[in-house]
Amino acid sequence: MSTEVAPPPPAIAPAEPSTFRKALRQKRFTVGLGITVLLVLFAIFGPLLAPYGENEVTGPPYSDVGFLGTDYLGHDVLTRVMYGGQEILVIAVFGTLLGMVLGIAIGVVAAYGGGWWDEVIMRLNDVVLAFPQILLALLVLTAIEQPTAWVLIALVGISHAPRVARLARGVALGIVSRDFVIAAEALGEKRSRVILAEVLPNMNAPLLAEAGLRLTYSIALVGSLGFLGFSADPGAANWGQMIQENRLGLSTQPWGVIAPVIVIAIFCIGTNLMADGIAQVAQRGDD
Amino acid sequence: MTDAATLLSDPLEEVAPPRGQHGAAAWVVWLARRVGLALLTLWLVSILVFLATAALGDPVRAILGRDYNANPGRVAELEAVLNSDASLVSRYFDWLGGLLQGDLGTSLASGQPVSELISSSVVNSAVLVFLAAVLMIPLSFAIAMISVHYRRRRPDTVIQTILLAMAGLPEFVIGVLLLALFSTTVFHIFPAVTITSPTGHPWDNWKVMVLPTLTLVLWVSPYVSRIVRASLLEVIDSEYVELARLKGIPENVVMRKHALLNAIVPGIQVIALQLAFLAGGVVVVETLFAYPGIGLQLVDAVRNHDVQVVQALSMIIASVYVVVNLIADILSILLTPRARTAISS
Amino acid sequence: MTVTESSPKGGLVVSDLGVDLTGKDIDVVDDIDLVLKPGEVVGLVGESGSGKTTVGTSLLNYSRAGAFISSGKVLLEGRDVLGMEWQEVRKIRGEEIAYVPQDPASALNPAIRIGKQIVELLQLRNIGTSESRLQGARDGLAEVGLPSDDEFLSRYAHQLSGGQVQRVALAMAFLPKPKVLVLDEPTTGLDVTTQAMVLETMAELCRTHGVSALYVTHDLAVVANIADRVAVMYAGQIVELGPRDAMFRNPAHPYTRALLDSIPHLSQARALTGIPGRTPAPGARPSGCRFHDRCAFVVDACKESVPELRPVAAEHDVRCIRAEEIGTWDISRGTVPDADPDRPREVILSVDHLNVFYGSKQVVYDVSFDLAKAEVVALVGESGSGKTTISRSVGGLHKDWTGTITFDGDELSKSARQRDAVNRKRLQYIFQNPYLSLNPRLTIEQIVKRPMELFGIAKGKEATDRVVDLLDQVALGPRMLKYQASRLSGGERQRVAIARALAAEPDVLICDEITSALDVSVQGSIVALLEGLRQQRGISMLFVTHNLALVRSIAARVEILQAGKVVEAGSVVTVMETPREEYTRNLLSKSPRID
Repeated sequence: MSTEVAPPPPAIAPAEPSTFRKALRQKRFTVGLGITVLLVLFAIFGPLLAPYGENEVTGPPYSDVGFLGTDYLGHDVLTRVMYGGQEILVIAVFGTLLGMVLGIAIGVVAAYGGGWWDEVIMRLNDVVLAFPQILLALLVLTAIEQPTAWVLIALVGISHAPRVARLARGVALGIVSRDFVIAAEALGEKRSRVILAEVLPNMNAPLLAEAGLRLTYSIALVGSLGFLGFSADPGAANWGQMIQENRLGLSTQPWGVIAPVIVIAIFCIGTNLMADGIAQVAQRGDD
Repeated sequence: MTDAATLLSDPLEEVAPPRGQHGAAAWVVWLARRVGLALLTLWLVSILVFLATAALGDPVRAILGRDYNANPGRVAELEAVLNSDASLVSRYFDWLGGLLQGDLGTSLASGQPVSELISSSVVNSAVLVFLAAVLMIPLSFAIAMISVHYRRRRPDTVIQTILLAMAGLPEFVIGVLLLALFSTTVFHIFPAVTITSPTGHPWDNWKVMVLPTLTLVLWVSPYVSRIVRASLLEVIDSEYVELARLKGIPENVVMRKHALLNAIVPGIQVIALQLAFLAGGVVVVETLFAYPGIGLQLVDAVRNHDVQVVQALSMIIASVYVVVNLIADILSILLTPRARTAISS
Repeated sequence: MTVTESSPKGGLVVSDLGVDLTGKDIDVVDDIDLVLKPGEVVGLVGESGSGKTTVGTSLLNYSRAGAFISSGKVLLEGRDVLGMEWQEVRKIRGEEIAYVPQDPASALNPAIRIGKQIVELLQLRNIGTSESRLQGARDGLAEVGLPSDDEFLSRYAHQLSGGQVQRVALAMAFLPKPKVLVLDEPTTGLDVTTQAMVLETMAELCRTHGVSALYVTHDLAVVANIADRVAVMYAGQIVELGPRDAMFRNPAHPYTRALLDSIPHLSQARALTGIPGRTPAPGARPSGCRFHDRCAFVVDACKESVPELRPVAAEHDVRCIRAEEIGTWDISRGTVPDADPDRPREVILSVDHLNVFYGSKQVVYDVSFDLAKAEVVALVGESGSGKTTISRSVGGLHKDWTGTITFDGDELSKSARQRDAVNRKRLQYIFQNPYLSLNPRLTIEQIVKRPMELFGIAKGKEATDRVVDLLDQVALGPRMLKYQASRLSGGERQRVAIARALAAEPDVLICDEITSALDVSVQGSIVALLEGLRQQRGISMLFVTHNLALVRSIAARVEILQAGKVVEAGSVVTVMETPREEYTRNLLSKSPRID
């Protein structure tokens, strides 16, 4: 082995670029990210820039007073749109977070536990999966007089959780059987550390993609609930609820409906593009 | 563990799993297990439905709202109907017993038997979902195949970009845009709401069906065709397709016989998933178009806190999901030789 | 070239073939000249990344997505396959040039029955009637020694064993009576006895049908047994080409020699050596001679221009400007004495009456053996012999077993988790596949440091210093510290895995097929590394392998396993020189050898 010398430096970076870094090279991700950031800024700062007050009457109902006209109560539509994003944004973001955390925990524990654990957890998971997301939310709302924002966040989160869990379990199953996890077990690492240090870091790309997708669905779900008349504050502006409120004026003053619909559409397209960009990166695997 | 899997040293002596002998019995056992699991899931679903509607909040308080404190007589009356005094467990088994005998209970809001109330809307919704599915399946497969044919060239990129944008849109966005375009604002071709005579069906006037169906189709197809495209591509890139080409088999035979056969199973899974998706989608779409189906009825019942109706409709929708998935599972196994032979051996 | 381009009937002439990556000016393979004479088997040998498979499929005018054939001719009886219309190419494929894939299990369609897949081939070419096609399928299967009854015809690919699948692929390739056959690593992953049978079948078919074959492989020993001529590829070029005997007796290229130096022999123990550095990927290959940065005989002139392939003897060509200056070479170079069978043994680990189960199925039956200090004991067997299962039970990775395992006086618990920290520390396991055994997200420093932290050996700066030391011992530079495992080559990863095991300061290493996923030159250097560790640190090793030749070079004692039982055990010299059991003799005779 006397001829063995240290190999010449290979022309590669020592670390793999992060998922985010790689996703930035995707056009669809950057476009989606741009749209999403703009929409989030619009939702956050909209109320500060709105021309009128949230519940200020600026003209007769369904009139063309103002840039986008007025709604069924004579509020300025543009103002309502600028105010109407916050509730959707907050509930969607926190609901998604809750769903991801719950789902990942359930899925990874099922995969790592294996055997009976896996069987029972996934069987229960299937039960919740039998309900379309909106149905699960409606079911709980039946017995509740007036939902608070927390109830809505919990509903969004819980309806996501089994779907996230199924994906997380699938991804985790591919990892827990790999030798580096077994090696950690053989060294006697704590189970919690095996999950946190060995399994989870290898799941981040598919989980990020799933989070993006779940955010898209959260926006749709919260919007749908608003459209069906379920929101935390019925008096406040809310994109989903605006569609419901102004529906009867669709033929005379379409902007009251079309404006919030377009904002929701752009928001969903943005987050979905972002999610797909990450998914592309995740699919390509380690290289 | 390859070590555990094959214990035979001489490959000439290796035999395939026995076929035929225990086949029939193994199939019955397997099928019974599948159906049993589905029934177990349904039972757990019923518990969840009951708990969510009866135990989480106080339905009586929700129904009466501000009247709750002002009208103790009405409270007592409703509590009697709901049998609130009895324990949760005994109320559950009463309800489940009724369910198994086909008695869905009595609507709180109208006082009518639930089964009478919902029978026509169940049919209406089934027709709507069926129409959407019949259009959606060939449409999304066709789009996927066109896309695969032009793989990574211009038409494919254009199609994928459009599909990707559409796949993120919620159903009410698509519905409202169609409504504005074809009904109220730009063109006035189709009616905005469904008007049905009490004895007739919504499809008596075909124009009524167009927008709700189209909304569902446009909502689901992008997602389905993207998945079908992905699984087709996976098959096409596989080594056995590569080898089929290297054996000199013509391209159309490669596609038809070698590729498609292996892409059917993922396709079935996607369709099953989407049928279940549609069952949820009808809630919003029916409300938007005032289409007299279970979705519209469910939303009304939730608003009125009509517990019995909500329970019945939720059970129906969840059962559809469980049954569709059961069928899809069985079909997938039957169409996958490896899984099929694993059962009979 | 010594052969003219006007080839006679049959055979194939490849000239100036090049394959480039699409959209980049980067070659995958370059300047390939090769002749397949009628009825001749040419072995195309190379390590991973050499481009050998690319050359193989190019003969059928096929390149994988992302690459294209950029230059050259493939002449089949004077017709250029690369210049044909695609309809013509399609007709040629299979009918005149057939292909047997690397992994036939994934290359047979999983959804179509075997019989139907064979009949389809005949149907497409309009050969025979529907009955005669079925008969043709039966004959084809019979010819490769498979059953030809209806039951067999109606099986799916997953219902066949590895050897059967490969023979089905051979039958399908031979059915249309091709003139040229391209075989792409067709026996990789098969057991030696199965491999021997497939190779025999192939050779027999080539002889009877007068087919010329290109046999693509990484395994020089296989080539030594079947090829008439051998071509060695490195980094996309043929570096040496010649008749088999000349290639093994007088290899003229430094790379060929280094490759042969890294291969263990069945007949005698050898001090194996590796080739420093890593095989460059397309686009990262050095200018001048592509091997110059790893070559022991490099001079400045090597870096200037790509050497031509030039004759050094009759039909023997070499791509090296110094071929005449680097001296002679001898196959028995590097031979060392076998491990002394009479050395006194101080037992550190003993396994008694081990029975192992998977669920209700027993896979290991009453196995007993022991391991002495500073000794290597090899567990040898084919797939299904239970060798890995035994090592996993000893390592505490599989807990469903009975019997006793005693380690330095302590009886070990079933699973690693139940064992105390001292025993976990002193007994370290190294896995077969280095691509799976290192967490790709962690840096090398984190990976190697972890056992030290866990067992309280060192932490912080001290631990980092120890990591640098360990990396140095496994011939990796300190640069590697901050690298993520995903950036390393297979050989480098396996070194890191060894460093991780050493970090725990173990007394026993369990090595589970640790070189079988690596190229031979890398295997050579890993074996050299292990031998050094054994001598310097007195570490004992349980070495699991299917490769008997490797056992001869590394182990002192050997346990031959079959179907979960020990059939023969003893010192390596005794077992391999004077095997008592029929099974051992069979294994030894079926193992391909180059000595």
